[in-house]
Amino acid sequence: MDDRPIAEASRGIRRPGIRPRPSLWRQLDMSARFSFPALSTALLLLLLAAPLGLDCQAALQGAVALGCVFFRSVYRPSSMPPLAVFLLGVLADLLSAAPLGVAVLILLLLHGTAMRWRRVLARQGFIPVWLVFSALALAAALLQWLLTAALTFRLLPPGPALFIGVLATGLYPLLAVALIRAHQTLAEPDHA
Amino acid sequence: MIRLSIPVRQALARLTLPVLIAVAFGLMLLGKADTLLAERARIALSDALAPIYAVMAQPLDHVQLLLRNGRRVLSVFEDNARLRQENERLRHWQSVALALDTENARLKANLHWIPDPQAHYVTARVVADAGGVYARSVLLAAGPNHHITKGQIALDDRGLVGRVTEVGSRSVRVLLITDLNSRIPVTLEGSGARAMLMGTNGPRPRLMHWPEGVHPMEGERVVTSAEAGAFPPGLIVGTVHYSATNIPEVQPAARLDRLEIVRIFDYGLRGVLSPEAGDGPPAWHARHDRRQINGR
Repeated sequence: MDDRPIAEASRGIRRPGIRPRPSLWRQLDMSARFSFPALSTALLLLLLAAPLGLDCQAALQGAVALGCVFFRSVYRPSSMPPLAVFLLGVLADLLSAAPLGVAVLILLLLHGTAMRWRRVLARQGFIPVWLVFSALALAAALLQWLLTAALTFRLLPPGPALFIGVLATGLYPLLAVALIRAHQTLAEPDHA
Repeated sequence: MIRLSIPVRQALARLTLPVLIAVAFGLMLLGKADTLLAERARIALSDALAPIYAVMAQPLDHVQLLLRNGRRVLSVFEDNARLRQENERLRHWQSVALALDTENARLKANLHWIPDPQAHYVTARVVADAGGVYARSVLLAAGPNHHITKGQIALDDRGLVGRVTEVGSRSVRVLLITDLNSRIPVTLEGSGARAMLMGTNGPRPRLMHWPEGVHPMEGERVVTSAEAGAFPPGLIVGTVHYSATNIPEVQPAARLDRLEIVRIFDYGLRGVLSPEAGDGPPAWHARHDRRQINGR
């Protein structure tokens, strides 16, 4: 759960030790691992837009986006930079036929909040992080409802948006297990 | 790559998020000011994704069929009994329908009835539930040389599904009748009264604006009306169902939750969406259709 080596590497600080030669293959491998979190989230969003025949696919899409962005922002912010969050938001907006910009703003705010609190959050156990996430997910759902209503000039039922918040909360433990596995293996540039 | 000093780089990194948040607000305004831009971006994305989803659709269909069959095996006895009963009832209705059909043909022949023109249609596969939390639409995969245009009407095997709202080179988006933005002029078949069907984002759209003195009856059939020249008259939409709060809603006849294949009909109607989609005068179609209704 420590991203110091990457941060140092990105700042050009060299630590003593024996490292493999930075061949082209190794650099490709490292950049693939580095971009894995953002790319896998985008792929997951695309997959959830496919005709899987699930009842609440649209809500699932929103919930997964919230969970992935929050987890990565807390535990590995270097591989989920603001620009990636922005692009994920645009993708989510285009896929869900929502007013353009809503998911972008929500995901960026979630990312910003998670980044601000990550020094505290990353040291906590699973349950406190989960609680914080559920509060943030509900806030995000509320914001989505407000923004969509404001942008369509219409009073909308808040139910479907709040359902996303609840779904995101319920889904987070499952998502976290999968993301932690990926975090320690696939998405770890030091394993390259 | 340009080498920047650490403080500059840190300052830039700290600035990215606020700038991007401002850009997000800008996107919202842009999407509001120029709706065509968002539409074009969506069409470009759907055009890219539709062929991929179309390839995925077949194995997914197999999996879903397996699951459904597994569930059906469990209730095969009850289903059998129910279907036997239904079959008997349908046989009775079939004889009634055949008798009425002959009578209808005879009467039309006596009246020198001008038959309605046959509508052209194409069949397309639903490749994605393109809906969001506050949107209900589906994405269809269409061949590169399709002739589908905005405003054409989508039906499944049971009833009205919705209307085409976005057309790309390989994909077509259909706005379902349950979408918040969907407004459909309908006729209550029992009383012949006109009403509007408004999508609510829920599974059942709501009936509104029916004339005073008429009450939609539970179970009454609802069909499209030719008002405004957007729909041909008489397409089956669904049946009236009163909600728990006593609001008349319509249970769609089409299976909107599991759409697989829909037919897109070209009735040559250019009402409502006419500014960019139409070449014929919309008023003529409306008048023409109303005359047909009155003549009936």
